[in-house]
Amino acid sequence: MEIKKEKNGTVLTLALAGRLDAATAPELDACIKQEIAGLTELTLDFAALEYIASAGLRVLLVAEKLMRKQGKMRLVHVNPNVREVLDMTGFLQFLNVEE
Amino acid sequence: MKQGEIVLDADIQNLARLNAWLDEFTSAGLPPKERGQLELAVEEIFVNIASYAYAPQTGPVVVRGKVMDTPSASIELIFMDEGRPFDPLAREDPPTDVALKDRAIGGLGIFLVKKIMDEVSYRREAGKNILALRKNLSCQEA
Repeated sequence: MEIKKEKNGTVLTLALAGRLDAATAPELDACIKQEIAGLTELTLDFAALEYIASAGLRVLLVAEKLMRKQGKMRLVHVNPNVREVLDMTGFLQFLNVEE
Repeated sequence: MKQGEIVLDADIQNLARLNAWLDEFTSAGLPPKERGQLELAVEEIFVNIASYAYAPQTGPVVVRGKVMDTPSASIELIFMDEGRPFDPLAREDPPTDVALKDRAIGGLGIFLVKKIMDEVSYRREAGKNILALRKNLSCQEA
């Protein structure tokens, strides 16, 4: 999985490409933890994300909880398959999923 | 009817190999959406086994697939490992109506599997954990 970072002051966008599964989720987790200090806004761009598994959902949950204390996290450009997994698990309602 | 089998070590690093096998096994006649769902179910089970069966060591997992068209189109996947007794279905489902922040994150993988598959069953036999998944498939064009 590829992670592209775009930072503007306290606003960070991470664009993911590929799959967020048990093998790649630790990369995202490490990246977020590395960047999170002082962030007020974290956007995860899922335009090129093909697939998500529960390992990925766990990372999103941790990130969302952390970001709620200091600002906001949102997901954008979520494809239908990924959206369905978020919906099945209740994550669609919990996370800020925007168009 | 189509059958196939793969044996691999219960290690997360083998996920790509398992996906490649599944992809090849299901390529004929399965719509992309169902293939994606099966891929997710397979990952969740395999990761579970990799985490619990032999930890901290590893060991073999046999994954057997069967695609049937009678009495109706369906696919069956069976996972067998020789690890410690572990029934992944014995846990309670995470309640999806409880605020996410308040519920434990464990069990999410199995929850997804139960939503995706039509039948999920576990048994322990001759020192093996045997997990069977079955999904009815939408009507395929001949």
